[in-house]
Amino acid sequence: MKLKFLVPVLTFAAIAVVLWYALFNLNPTEIPSELVSKPAPEFALEPVPGYGPGLAQADLATGKVTLLNVFASWCVACMAEHPFFMELKKQNVVEIYGLNYKDKPDAAAQWLDRHGNPYARTGMDLKGRVGIDFGVYGVPETFVISADGKILDKIIGPVSKDMFDMRIRPLLNEAGS
Amino acid sequence: MVAEIGQFVLILALVTGCFQGALPLIGAARGSRPLMRFGDNAAFVQFAAISGAFACLTIGYVTSDFSILNVVNNSHSLKPMLYKISGVWGNHEGSLLLWSWILALFGMAVAFFGRNLPDSLKARVLAIQGLIGVGFLTFILFTSNPFERISPAPLDGNGLNPLLQDPGLAFHPPFLYLGYVGLSITFSFAIAALIEGRVDPAWARWVRPWTLAAWGFLTIGIALGSWWAYYELGWGGWWFWDPVENASFMPWLAATALLHSAIVVEKRDALKNWTILLAIIAFSLSLLGTFLVRSGVLNSVHAFASDPARGVFILIFLIFVIGGSLLLYGIRAPKMKGGGLFAPISREGSLVLNNLLLSTITATVLLGTLYPIFLDAFTGAKVSVGPPYFNATFLPFAIPLVVAMAFGPFLAWKRDDLAGIISRLKFALFAALAFSGFLWWWQTGTPVMALLGMGLFAWLLVGSVLEWAERIKLFRGPFANSWKRMMQLPRSAHGMTVAHIGVALVILGITASEAWQSEHLGVMRPGETVTVGGYDFRFDGAEAITGPNYDAVQGTFLAYKGDNKGVYLYPEQRRYTDPPMETTEAAIRPMLSADLYTVIGEADGDGGYAVRIYHKPFISWIWIGAFVMFAGGALSLSDRRLRLGAPGRAKRASAVSSAPSEAKG
Repeated sequence: MKLKFLVPVLTFAAIAVVLWYALFNLNPTEIPSELVSKPAPEFALEPVPGYGPGLAQADLATGKVTLLNVFASWCVACMAEHPFFMELKKQNVVEIYGLNYKDKPDAAAQWLDRHGNPYARTGMDLKGRVGIDFGVYGVPETFVISADGKILDKIIGPVSKDMFDMRIRPLLNEAGS
Repeated sequence: MVAEIGQFVLILALVTGCFQGALPLIGAARGSRPLMRFGDNAAFVQFAAISGAFACLTIGYVTSDFSILNVVNNSHSLKPMLYKISGVWGNHEGSLLLWSWILALFGMAVAFFGRNLPDSLKARVLAIQGLIGVGFLTFILFTSNPFERISPAPLDGNGLNPLLQDPGLAFHPPFLYLGYVGLSITFSFAIAALIEGRVDPAWARWVRPWTLAAWGFLTIGIALGSWWAYYELGWGGWWFWDPVENASFMPWLAATALLHSAIVVEKRDALKNWTILLAIIAFSLSLLGTFLVRSGVLNSVHAFASDPARGVFILIFLIFVIGGSLLLYGIRAPKMKGGGLFAPISREGSLVLNNLLLSTITATVLLGTLYPIFLDAFTGAKVSVGPPYFNATFLPFAIPLVVAMAFGPFLAWKRDDLAGIISRLKFALFAALAFSGFLWWWQTGTPVMALLGMGLFAWLLVGSVLEWAERIKLFRGPFANSWKRMMQLPRSAHGMTVAHIGVALVILGITASEAWQSEHLGVMRPGETVTVGGYDFRFDGAEAITGPNYDAVQGTFLAYKGDNKGVYLYPEQRRYTDPPMETTEAAIRPMLSADLYTVIGEADGDGGYAVRIYHKPFISWIWIGAFVMFAGGALSLSDRRLRLGAPGRAKRASAVSSAPSEAKG
């Protein structure tokens, strides 16, 4: 067997190994590093009607780690993470704030009414301006906020239990200890 | 109910595919004709089943059946009908279903048109097609089921990404997939040839029409995609070297190389191993493109929702298909008899040069596309390889390729003499120099690259026409004689000339629009006029309008030149509600000499609007050229020599009778 005929398959093997590694260990949608460990951008928003109090930058520095969840009534993926957030609230694991993104007040209120409200505070970002400051580019997204109101991490897409244990719980434990 | 039927026939297709992938292979190994023939029937059944599934999903979309999760996620009851239908394949699950359907369509086409293929070769080709189908159907059924139900059903859907609600993009994926999947046929032929251990000119003649068809569809698919980017993204750019674009460009490059190397196999019985390898690589790049787009390994503006579980599946599939086939190549190819050596100055020599350059370009594009992943994996640094890299690596190889394109067709097979060719091409050389010189004199300050580009355009255009004229001995005898020669010239020869002229036109469009574009960016108030590229653009104001599923601000521009009445342009800034998203609808007046391109942006709150106005000379020729290339491919495809289905039943009978000996080949 001549070796040169094996060059293509060996080249492919090298590519496949790196792709395999990339698939499990790399995340192209990671938060841009500029936002990490910076204070959350300044904002002040009215609450979803009936689901107050409202939400502002000052409310994020609570003395403990909290979550800021970007949600909307029109977002189906938000339905996927919603029961898990309800569970977190029931067990009092972490306080969650809801940033209602490009939604209608009535629709948002109705959605929370029907599915339950996991949020300690809500804020309506009707035009998506605050979302731009936070670098939101899809709903849902969840920011982990430190005790002094800094952004620790961002999770893109619905938060699952695995994701929570892997990315959020370590940050909670770190702050608690 | 419809969803359950769709699910059922999809499972039926998977089961059929398993048999199609196994029985004909066994049959071909044992020389059992019934088992080999099973492939034909299975291909028909598979096509019928997947057509059924596709129809079911389409019914779900057309009737807005919001109990189907896929419809909820990608459709909306207010969406225009065209986009309800294009929504079927405008998402991950549906696009995979479309892919499988086209795969089955091509499988059936092999069964139907391949009546004069040797039985064993056909059986093996259909079996490989069946196995690829099994991979895709398993992927659909286990990770990306389009027929999943949602309960309770929501009242309305989430809508399709508004960027994708566009006629150009509605038909972009089908053409692209026709191209990708068309390459699966040449792949299957290559694997079958490796199993049989022989490649001959007849094999190349069977492979060439499939490559041509796939190449033509890819050309149209890529052109539609870039046209979409041009008018929908609102920046006036038409190619961004985005990973998703590269994913379609790499198979196109490989298919172009394959198209040319198959000629050498057919005419000279040489370059066999290389052609086999190219066929494998072309399809592998299609699959790799799918992986990169679907797995979320690369981030891209075009990306659909991605999911790591799907990425794992596709990667395993890739390892099986690409790794397996390249390994088979490594084991079997050394045993294949190569053809004779040949002189560098010859038709085949020029085709080898073509292949070297095209595969180098493919490799650099692949490198640039994968580099961010490699760098991230090894150093953790995040970079994006942008147009500077691609332009810097693409042009040095593309320029000699175009120079050689005019030479190649003049060269005779086996051996030719360079001095003779140059003397025959001196008119093209003169045209290129004269044209560049004229532009240099007329448009002072033109960049050197633009002069080079325009020179290449003239060189290739004149060179291609000269070669064609020489073949029919135009002006070298009575016209009737030339006419007769023209009619006798095989269509593939006409096709080549047309396709090469198409490339020249693309070069014209790219060069002229890059070099002589004028633009105006800034705030304009109603009544103001600016001059861009010799045209006056008067802004007449903007108003709010309402569309079927969006609100928009629509601006009115009057573009005119001198005293003529001019043309009105109405760019829009649309705000879709489901899902909420803003899109830019540029208003474009395409003309053969230039495009007038206007975009309206945000109001400045003081009566003015941010506007962008471009004058892009000759840019339409990029897409006209792409269409001319496609037409050349189609003309070549209609060549009698390649029409496999044409020979009648008598021929078929003889093919069948020779089958047992072929099977042992």
